[in-house]
Amino acid sequence: MTVRTRVIPCLDVAGGRVVKGVNFVDLADAGDPVAQARVYDAAGADELCFLDITASHEARGTILDVVARTAAVCFMPLTVGGGVRSADDARALLLAGADKVAVNSAAVARPALVADIAERFGSQCVVGAIDARGVGPGRWEIFTHGGRKATGIDAVAHARELASRGVGELLVTSMDRDGTRDGYDLPLTRAIADAVSVPVIASGGVGNLDHLVAGVTQGHASAVLAASIFHFGQHSVADAHAALAAAGLPVREG
Amino acid sequence: MLALIDYGAGNLRSVHNALQAAGGEGVQVTADPEAVRGADRIVLPGVGAFAACMNALSAIPGMVPALHERVIGGGVPFLGICIGMQLMADAGEEHGRHPGLGWIAGSVRRLAPADPALKVPHMGWNDVTPAREHPLIARGEAYFLHSYAFDPADAADTVAATDHGGAVTAAVGRDNLVGVQFHPEKSQAYGLAFLARFLEWRP
Repeated sequence: MTVRTRVIPCLDVAGGRVVKGVNFVDLADAGDPVAQARVYDAAGADELCFLDITASHEARGTILDVVARTAAVCFMPLTVGGGVRSADDARALLLAGADKVAVNSAAVARPALVADIAERFGSQCVVGAIDARGVGPGRWEIFTHGGRKATGIDAVAHARELASRGVGELLVTSMDRDGTRDGYDLPLTRAIADAVSVPVIASGGVGNLDHLVAGVTQGHASAVLAASIFHFGQHSVADAHAALAAAGLPVREG
Repeated sequence: MLALIDYGAGNLRSVHNALQAAGGEGVQVTADPEAVRGADRIVLPGVGAFAACMNALSAIPGMVPALHERVIGGGVPFLGICIGMQLMADAGEEHGRHPGLGWIAGSVRRLAPADPALKVPHMGWNDVTPAREHPLIARGEAYFLHSYAFDPADAADTVAATDHGGAVTAAVGRDNLVGVQFHPEKSQAYGLAFLARFLEWRP
């Protein structure tokens, strides 16, 4: 077999607490990201993603403690994104135990940030996060600030730019689909996956297992990220693996 | 005492955590050549670029000679992980040609999958397929994350392979040396079991 299609649950974290997380298992503290990470570790998730959506500057450091406590008990790859503005921000997360750091708005404003991090810590640890909205047939634009602020930057061009600056992979989120449960924006995912040589993670809009499969077969993604279908117990990671395997895609056995 | 070499590698903490979870006692994170000379087991982690890692290791006064003395001279069990494994080669060809530790003959070259649709970096879970009998290597699935791979000059030094548009070295080994391209510290039960075997290894 070849490299497996990765299934990646994503947890939103604010001020060190899970904002919208697993609520179907009996956890002593369902707001603790570490407890939730352990659930996904035991469930056979291929990687885990924390998105730090902490709004206040004062609470920013809390993610470092969350990452350190997670890395002490979960021996799976961990990507952390949200608020990474400098190579030193990335360094702090990596030293705490993150394996990859996702850069978003700061790399839109200054794509050289990617090279700053890649040169110091390697391309393998830099994930370029792209939030895009459709602005016409086959055209997508980069939006920042949670999808509210247009930038005028073409999403596929930005993906190429980030790849040329040294990202190890791209996390492509459709802001049109995020939260809709209507499935990934497949043309967007495919346009970017076909334009770059690095892996693409499809994100935004998963409502069922068929959406995960389509992300790979039609979106050409190497990995599929989802939140609510896992958090609310609608489907397990094993269900996701089984659906991908049934479609003939390589997945982890266990 | 197990010396886990601290030269600024990004995965140091994760490797430390995993060694402890695998049952490792007396793990000492160290940048001290004297500690290396007193170690009875040595782990070299590493992520990033070959030259940057070799430069960082060489920048610690006396570290490379101490490693050579203890590992090659003293014969203590040695484990290199990811770039830590690639540094065992004669040279790396990432951003120019750079000398490595030269413990296992061969070069580190960029992945060039035969199928252009395959992505680089090779990122994710993939097979570890034993190439020959080795007490540490078990068949299974492990997490890989790399754009360059070790190409040993002597095929007998390859102890496991994986596949990414062609065979890719997953582990090298000779005598008291073993190196793995995959990340045992990120490979859940498979990885912890591998580290547990290393901790017990008497080559």
